[in-house]
Amino acid sequence: MTRKQKRLSVIAGGLAFLGAATGLTFYALGQKASYFYMPADLTTASVQPGQRIRLGGLVEKGTIQRGQGATVGFSVTDTHKSVKVTYTGILPDLFREEQGVITEGTFGPDGVFVADSVLAKHDERYMPKEVADGLKAKGVWQESKSE
Amino acid sequence: MVETGHFALVLAFALSLVQTLVPLFGARLNNQRLMAVGGPVAVTGFALTALSFAALASAYASSDFSVASVWENSHSLQPLIYKITGTWGNHEGSMLLWVLILTFFGALVAAFGSNLPATLRANVLAVQGAIGAAFFLFILATSNPFIRLNPAPIEGRDLNPILQDLGLAIHPPFLYLGYVGFSICFSFSVAALIEGRIDASWARWVRPWTLVAWMFLTGGIAMGSYWAYYELGWGGFWFWDPVENASFMPWLAGTALLHSAIVMEKRSALKIWTLLLAILTFSLSLLGTFLVRSGVLTSVHAFATDPTRGVFILCILTLFIGGSLALFALRASRLTAGGLFHPISREGALVLNNLFLTTATATVLVGTLYPLAVEAFSADKISVGAPFFNLTFGPLMVPLLLVVPFGPLLAWKRGDVFAVAQRLMVAFAAALLATLVTALFIDGASVFAALGVGLAVWLILGALTDLAVKSGFGNVAAGIMVRRLLGLPRSVFGTAFAHLGLGLTTLGIVGTLCFGTEKILSMHAGETVELSGHTLRFVGLYPAQGPNYAEDRGRFELIGVSGSPVGEISSAKRFYPVRQMTTTESGIRTIGFSQLYISLGDEGKDGSVVVRLWWKPLVTLIWGGGLMMMAGAAMSLMDRRLRVGAPSRRRKQASAVTSAGLP
Repeated sequence: MTRKQKRLSVIAGGLAFLGAATGLTFYALGQKASYFYMPADLTTASVQPGQRIRLGGLVEKGTIQRGQGATVGFSVTDTHKSVKVTYTGILPDLFREEQGVITEGTFGPDGVFVADSVLAKHDERYMPKEVADGLKAKGVWQESKSE
Repeated sequence: MVETGHFALVLAFALSLVQTLVPLFGARLNNQRLMAVGGPVAVTGFALTALSFAALASAYASSDFSVASVWENSHSLQPLIYKITGTWGNHEGSMLLWVLILTFFGALVAAFGSNLPATLRANVLAVQGAIGAAFFLFILATSNPFIRLNPAPIEGRDLNPILQDLGLAIHPPFLYLGYVGFSICFSFSVAALIEGRIDASWARWVRPWTLVAWMFLTGGIAMGSYWAYYELGWGGFWFWDPVENASFMPWLAGTALLHSAIVMEKRSALKIWTLLLAILTFSLSLLGTFLVRSGVLTSVHAFATDPTRGVFILCILTLFIGGSLALFALRASRLTAGGLFHPISREGALVLNNLFLTTATATVLVGTLYPLAVEAFSADKISVGAPFFNLTFGPLMVPLLLVVPFGPLLAWKRGDVFAVAQRLMVAFAAALLATLVTALFIDGASVFAALGVGLAVWLILGALTDLAVKSGFGNVAAGIMVRRLLGLPRSVFGTAFAHLGLGLTTLGIVGTLCFGTEKILSMHAGETVELSGHTLRFVGLYPAQGPNYAEDRGRFELIGVSGSPVGEISSAKRFYPVRQMTTTESGIRTIGFSQLYISLGDEGKDGSVVVRLWWKPLVTLIWGGGLMMMAGAAMSLMDRRLRVGAPSRRRKQASAVTSAGLP
């Protein structure tokens, strides 16, 4: 190979590598990004059982049920609709009734959301941003909740 | 004292403007006296910022609640250590720490830069001053830590309990020393672009600064990872949280910079690329500061969400990143390209390293910013988490790690890949053996797990092979070999240590992810549970009172083979009444390099407690490897040729002799 050909092949190799990386990145974004929904969004959005989403809202009052062992059931609500959620594990320290939470997982065939992670707000002063924005958009945001 | 600090901060801002303008014009006019202003001003600016920081720290230490920032983030019952660390456990104080470190580095350039060309030194200090000016203005205009309250409250609102931890005392200063340390590389790059040339002293200067910044950033990230591991009680060491990514991106780019700076220093090739990488690395540090400080992201670190702050930092970001890249576009063509090399050579290996690391940086950047972009342009809210990064970042790292052992063994300019492969035969055979042993003899080991172990062994032995080959192992007598080994340049040890650390971290990650076990169950006092061959007995739940919290401490006994307890582990639920906040204190016992990890959940009606237990094999190697990388960086810094001060002193003496000899 001449010098020029060598240089071209190095450049072509580099570009092919970058192209592959870019392709992989966009494929992964399409496949692995999980969408955020509030319970009322689920009536319009088509979420398949098994599709990984994040479900946010408030923990509905009086719905927390501690069953056998470490499995907990509760409902997440945006005051319009509510969705039943089950979760096995340790709930975050700030998890309690009428507080904002984000759960991540998939819908089972029975329509119950099986969460594998539950996030509550980190601090007494804040609500998870997505939940706060969602509640504001639905007109049920109360300023007192932010403090 | 508080007003003195406030005043000192304003003065430091004014001085940073002087530091920007006077040396810059001095360098343009080639006026020695104007250029010489930069040094003393930089040192004074640092002294004033330090005074200001000390004033704030003393307000925190003495619980002066007339200061708004102290009132919001401190409490008189807090232990003194957390009162002091609380100084930077909040937005205002941490920004003050940021500029303190920035001016500190500026002062170091001023103090040790006497052997730099005068115009380069003046321009570097000017750029450093400009960054300082922007952040001083940011603090004074939007995040002033010295604002008073009248009337002064009696009691403070307490520091966020999860920040009341020793890990927090070390994590932010280290992280900032890293972030801000790259500002020196940035300033040197912009100064080189202003001058339109890069000379030998440029490369000699940039490399040690990169090493220092990289060393601290490595420590800061490792520390932050360990803090999240034990403090959040989730048992994970890395969550691909945007805030973690914000510190990881400058680290990846900085690692690339570290390697390309070697090529530039040794072979004066890749000059333009190194310069661009220096700009990008600090830009990512600024972006990290923006992401964490602006409140765009909600996390532990987003102390407050004030839109003016976000907009202000965004302006700073645009100004410096945009400005430096524009300058790069205009001036880069003036810089001369350096030496040529064959693709298969040390240089080639380092270019490959850079290609992988910058691509990996880009994927992390995309994954971090994509949700923000989607939210800005549509109503959808998405999150990009571990599955995305495992699919993109993982495949990029594996080939990079595979070629790491080749790099240091290849010759400069033109290398012989087969000769190197021959030398690595032993390491390769051992890695293969480790893979097979893992796959065949360890229960439940997947193919990936076995290959992961093999990769880690390959990295560790590859690093040791480098030392063995360079000291003539097997070719010369043992005595000579030891003498040769000790005589090797410190930077060779630095490389070997850092790569060894990388191997250890890989081993820790593979061990924890692939061989770790986990159990969630509800336990009554007196019950025992078995986890990966360890038997634990739940003794019971005991209430206790701390200085500013109440806790329920769950005590566990580790039962030995004989059936009697050999150790105790305790995990607690703490309640901090001031913030009405509960935290989990995880219980950890280290056994060899592995750890047993216990996290306490809620108490049930029947008196049982939900308990989550993990067995984390080799987990401590993750951070141990980080410490090893830091040791490698420290070792490289001690290398003789990087002692920037040493040659100048000798030269000065020499010139003193010659001038004395003149009539």
